[in-house]
Amino acid sequence: MVEAYTQTCVRINLTTGETKKETLDKEFCKNYIGGYGFVTKILWDECPKGVNPFDPRNPFVMAIGPFPGTIVPTSSKYCVGAKSPLTNRIGFAISSGSCGAQMRRAGIDMIILTGKAPEPVFIFFDDDAINIIPCKDTLWGRDIWTVEEEIRNMFGDHRISVMGIGQAGEKLAKLACITNDRARQAGRTGLGAVMGSKNVKAMAFRGTKPIKIAKPDEFMVKAKELIQLSNGKDTLKYRDLGTPINVMKFNDLGVLPVKNFQTGYWDKADAISGETMDEKWVVKKTGCSQCPIACDHLCATKPDDPDYPNIVSSVDYESIYALGSVCLIDHFPALIKMVEICDRMGIDTMSGGTTLGFAMEAYEKGYITKEMLGNNSVYKNGLQWGDYKAAVQMIEDMCLRATPAGDLLADGSRDAAKKLGGDAWKFSCEIKGLGIPGYELKGLSTASIGFAVSLRGACHLRNGSYGYDMKKKFDRKKYDELDKRGIALAGQDAFMAVIDSLVVCKFTRGIYHRGLPEIAEVYEMVTGIPMTGDEIEMAGHRIHDLAKCFNIRECQFEGIEPASEDTLPWRNFHEPNFDGPTKGWYNDEAGFREGIRQYYLARGWDEKGIPTPETLKARGLNFVIGKI
Amino acid sequence: MATKVNKSVKNNESAKPDTAAIVHKILVVDPVRCTGCEICESVCGMVHDGVFNPMNSRIHRVRIEPVINSSISCVSCYDPECVKACPLSAITKNLETGILEVDQSKCDGCGACVRSCPFGAITVHTKNKKAIMCDMCTSTSYGEPQCVEYCPKGAIFIEEIDPNVNEDRLETLRKILHRGFPQPPEGEILN
Repeated sequence: MVEAYTQTCVRINLTTGETKKETLDKEFCKNYIGGYGFVTKILWDECPKGVNPFDPRNPFVMAIGPFPGTIVPTSSKYCVGAKSPLTNRIGFAISSGSCGAQMRRAGIDMIILTGKAPEPVFIFFDDDAINIIPCKDTLWGRDIWTVEEEIRNMFGDHRISVMGIGQAGEKLAKLACITNDRARQAGRTGLGAVMGSKNVKAMAFRGTKPIKIAKPDEFMVKAKELIQLSNGKDTLKYRDLGTPINVMKFNDLGVLPVKNFQTGYWDKADAISGETMDEKWVVKKTGCSQCPIACDHLCATKPDDPDYPNIVSSVDYESIYALGSVCLIDHFPALIKMVEICDRMGIDTMSGGTTLGFAMEAYEKGYITKEMLGNNSVYKNGLQWGDYKAAVQMIEDMCLRATPAGDLLADGSRDAAKKLGGDAWKFSCEIKGLGIPGYELKGLSTASIGFAVSLRGACHLRNGSYGYDMKKKFDRKKYDELDKRGIALAGQDAFMAVIDSLVVCKFTRGIYHRGLPEIAEVYEMVTGIPMTGDEIEMAGHRIHDLAKCFNIRECQFEGIEPASEDTLPWRNFHEPNFDGPTKGWYNDEAGFREGIRQYYLARGWDEKGIPTPETLKARGLNFVIGKI
Repeated sequence: MATKVNKSVKNNESAKPDTAAIVHKILVVDPVRCTGCEICESVCGMVHDGVFNPMNSRIHRVRIEPVINSSISCVSCYDPECVKACPLSAITKNLETGILEVDQSKCDGCGACVRSCPFGAITVHTKNKKAIMCDMCTSTSYGEPQCVEYCPKGAIFIEEIDPNVNEDRLETLRKILHRGFPQPPEGEILN
């Protein structure tokens, strides 16, 4: 007997409006867990190779894991996936809020959208009923915060949870994110644009079904312990100052990305630090559904702020570094405003910020001209480093593709650099097209390997590689002990894949003190499916390798060597940091390549980064053999 | 955790312990600490029905975007509207405990009480179609309010109120919120 999972998969062909429900069998649930695992399997099976991400045949998948709706800490999460328009590789992103729990209560584990709706629609999952509702005149063209409110008002129910896209997604901006519950985003890899390409503005959920679990008595005791741990020292950082505490910490280590990743130290970092934010700007900390941590630091501008009065948005470290230090903006109200625009109109703050940094450098170097910026008076000085008024306007122009420059940048720095030509690609700081998160890789050798091999492009969440450098497990300046680093990262891949498949929040990864065996126990208590630590770890490896195979298949179709993508921006090898504790540091290319090779071997892949048939067999991926 | 801070403030510290005065207990949520996580709703559903379903929770999360969060449950009104509204006289107030009780044989789930409750604290159970409201977990095997136990921020407090004071419950809540709640122990950062 399987509890918690509803084992229901909904397929919607948007072209015809046909909906179909399928049953997911127990083996599938056990082997792929949920979330990221489900998404990966569906994309491997159903995404035609080489398809244009905006093609109706590109499936858009939304999946939850076994835990939403229960009180496992931070369990109300969902994962969305499709072939990414930003990277042309596997695209997936995870968000929290109330959507995951409502989806489970409506009795759905996974949704697969294919085709393209003939007119703009939103989809309302009301328990068993699935309504595809045209919204050309009502919701299309509006920002997602309004849409969320409108849909709730439409049905007179504040419990309805809504995930959807802003104007950026409608306009197929490759940076587009998916927003739910105002401040929660499935931001990375541009999946909002895939929704937009299918003419789907939003998906709304209302569920009234109970969620039964396998061993309620045991579980309630365990859950209480986990909730207590979630309020203990393991998560103190997230509750107290929040992730922005990193700003000063990273600045002192010289790994805060500054001036479009030119260096790792900024003397004005204090203005955007977690300490300053906590003292001056935070008004309330709120939590997602079923979250004991409540990391969401809502910041508000003052009612008498001359530029942006009374703006409230949720600010975290990744938004601060991308829109702040990367662009040299130290005016906090402008950050709050930019985050608000990004969330509302629907672009990812990280990709948006790094692209904005690229734009500022491109302006400085003459690639972007004043004409391209349009005739708005805030651009009277162009797009200078640190000009916050111009930056705020630029973000809006990107979301709306309002000006030639905004149109160019809405597709991210890689595409923009290609169009600008010349040496612009040299300062486009992304990996596989995805902007680099808030870690200056010139000062972090393990992270440089971990980010480069990340499957969805530059990402700190795929293997937590930065932790090894920060906690001094490895020397962050040198490329030594590479075999050990490879093994460490390969293990983290599986662990993170399990976390992303369950889906629980990475902030609670530290509360399971016994690691995967403990997670497996909780899994068994909730679902009733027997699971051991080894099995769940193998599931993590299986999911990660299958996602890698998806990327290899795409590379082979395009005639690209897969290993050639696991690299760093040009700048990292050739332009050392110019300031701060890491002055003069850069990534040594030979050492880096050897690190990548060792990682491949540690994962049971060959030297070109392709999983060997033996590895695939051991991971239960026999169906892949012969296809890559 | 909640257990460390849930000792409610006595309104009258000098009350003699030997006089067994009747006190009514209600749940009050500190909006400063509440993060709107809905764990109270989930736990409430679980302890009463054995399944997670916030639809059948007797405590209700209230979120007013962007920054206001709280939860509300039955406040044991002095002169309850629900009692007056019920056409079948199925709801009575237990004068000993202050808890509103629903006669399961009489209630037909018409929802008159739901509409009359000024706090939105009553709902009709989705499965057995009977009115439900907070019973301080007296109907469960726990006997003590479990939302208080599980609330990660220790935001839910058991307040003792005087049943003989004839006052508007909004006024009572206003006084309690104005007075504030005890601080968490030194060094414990909840949020």
